[in-house]
Amino acid sequence: MSEERMLLSGNEAVALGALHSGTALGVGYPGTPSTEILENASKLGVNCQWSPNEKVAAEVAIGVAFAGARTLCTMKHVGLNVAADPFFTVAYTGVTGGMVLAVADDPGMASSQNEQDSRNYARAAGVPMLEPADSQEAYEMTKLAFELSERWNQPVILRLCTRVCHSKTVVVPGEAVEGPKADYVRDIKQRVMIPAYARPANKKLRQKLADMEAWNNTDGPNQIVGESKTLGIIANGVSALHAMEAAPEAKIFKVGMSWPLPMKALLEFIDSVDDCLVIEEGDPVIQTEVQAAGGKVRPRLERYRFGELDVIRVKRILDGDDSEEPAPPKGKPPQLCQGCPHRFSFEVLKQRGCIITGDIGCYTLSVLPPFETMDTCVCMGASIGVGLGMRHVLPEEQARKVVSVIGDSTFMHSGLTGIAEMIYNRPETGHVVVILDNSTTAMTGLQEHPGTGKKLDHTASENKVSIEATLGAMGIKNIVIVDPSKDAEAYEKAVDEALASNDLSVIIARRPCILAVARDAKFARGEKVR
Amino acid sequence: MNKTVNVKFAGLGGQGILTCTDILGRVVFDQGFDVKKAEVHGMSQRGGAITSDLRYGEKVFSPMIPTGEADYLIVLTEDQVSVNEHQLKDGGVLVTPADFPADQLENKRTLNVALLGALSKHMEFSEELWLDAIRKQLPERLHEVNEKAFALGRG
Repeated sequence: MSEERMLLSGNEAVALGALHSGTALGVGYPGTPSTEILENASKLGVNCQWSPNEKVAAEVAIGVAFAGARTLCTMKHVGLNVAADPFFTVAYTGVTGGMVLAVADDPGMASSQNEQDSRNYARAAGVPMLEPADSQEAYEMTKLAFELSERWNQPVILRLCTRVCHSKTVVVPGEAVEGPKADYVRDIKQRVMIPAYARPANKKLRQKLADMEAWNNTDGPNQIVGESKTLGIIANGVSALHAMEAAPEAKIFKVGMSWPLPMKALLEFIDSVDDCLVIEEGDPVIQTEVQAAGGKVRPRLERYRFGELDVIRVKRILDGDDSEEPAPPKGKPPQLCQGCPHRFSFEVLKQRGCIITGDIGCYTLSVLPPFETMDTCVCMGASIGVGLGMRHVLPEEQARKVVSVIGDSTFMHSGLTGIAEMIYNRPETGHVVVILDNSTTAMTGLQEHPGTGKKLDHTASENKVSIEATLGAMGIKNIVIVDPSKDAEAYEKAVDEALASNDLSVIIARRPCILAVARDAKFARGEKVR
Repeated sequence: MNKTVNVKFAGLGGQGILTCTDILGRVVFDQGFDVKKAEVHGMSQRGGAITSDLRYGEKVFSPMIPTGEADYLIVLTEDQVSVNEHQLKDGGVLVTPADFPADQLENKRTLNVALLGALSKHMEFSEELWLDAIRKQLPERLHEVNEKAFALGRG
């Protein structure tokens, strides 16, 4: 196995690393650019499943790790916001079996609503973080993350980014190991975070972080390349590769474990060169920490906080170039597919002058011309709460026009609590929710969810969650299920009646995604599906 | 000197850009080069403009081709030429469907592989290496039609 050479994406490499680490269960929620990790791990034979959202996924992962086995939990950067509650406290409880959170950032926002920097979470929660730069490192650091997680009984974040997840590079895999067997050992004081037990847990966490920092200074997965005494560059992840190409003459400290930072080693590095800069995408995390510790580095120009870095931008940073960067020519923007059932659903709302509070999914594309039919989009599930807030305060004539639009996967992810809010705090004019149910998680590449009746590997699941039965049980009386492509009139009638009434109405516009139908036909023919 | 060769593909989602990048990736990978391939998916399925970068050499650092440093630029649709031309370095090679009688394609969906045929004339790899990569990367029932497309592009 050791001489085998493979060309893998970062996501495929993490999946292989998880397999070779004896992962007992992989969990997560789809999100670009992280989605293919679990899909590939599943194909390799790791037991993997999608959870309704990242919080639940993280909680399931914590259970696996408390039980003593190894678990991989995947999500995109904003998914960690959803999982933040269990995440901050598992930093206190620690884990028994290895727990690795693969979190994929999206600097430049190729497919996200913000470009938050997950390194801030590592610092805020006190969770160690590894940052691979390419697929070989993604593979090796996945394995290392499991080892470190068990060595310090601490969850570990494997921070990825779009260019690591979706770039293919050469991987030479190593040996596979077996993970520990699950076997429950009671440890109440360490796992029940009442204040009396959480206070010492926080102190223990700080001691662990100090130990980890000492280890990272001497034995961490960091590298110093080059001999220059004049120019030094500190860089993390893929930024370090851009820097190596942009400044082959420089001495480069490539940070592989970015929390806790190897501060002693970094300060020694800074002292060994005349001029030192930090090359990092996103927030100036390393720069700020180094400066706080007394390290003298040339501050980065603010314009390079935004977007991805590349070789040319790194050269500009090194040159202190603050001139306007040439705007890339505008390409053709993506749009709702021809034949997409959402097209008509939105058109009907637009014709009626609705104020549409939208959500995250393919249908967010309806904000672009020629549709331009979305008024708000904040985060997963926000459509319902934001719509309710508007209904509560707008003058009646406007309030009546507010419609919340959410997809089926997003509804499972975080729409249910919005519905509970709607029932509990009903606006005077009632409210209208349209669930665009295309029976898949389309935007991220057609993943299953609890409502599709299929498991992660697309085989039939034992149970499925019925959207309409759930709504009915919660107390929604007006539920209309309609296929707008087949029965346009019925859909229009349902919208008109819902807008006119003071009731709480949910219209489920149900028609499978055309891409999912084509994909399933390929499956049925036994063809390989990308 | 460690020379990295940069090949950029551009077109619209659904045209098979990632597939043809993978085929070239297979050619150079099988030759033992260090290879890096960068792409952004996510929005691409919805017909938006996409590009894909393939870099190879003795040792490749960044996965992304610096702007203006593409040795080869392959554009699958004519209207994407103007927005991508600036990626090509001076003296670089532009390959488009105008380079061969694209209207003679048996199946329009093989345009991506036909463009690889046109590209192959400018590169050092033997025809057999390309055909081998096509067979490795595509399902068997698509081999014949794609081999024909490759031959049409190669001329």
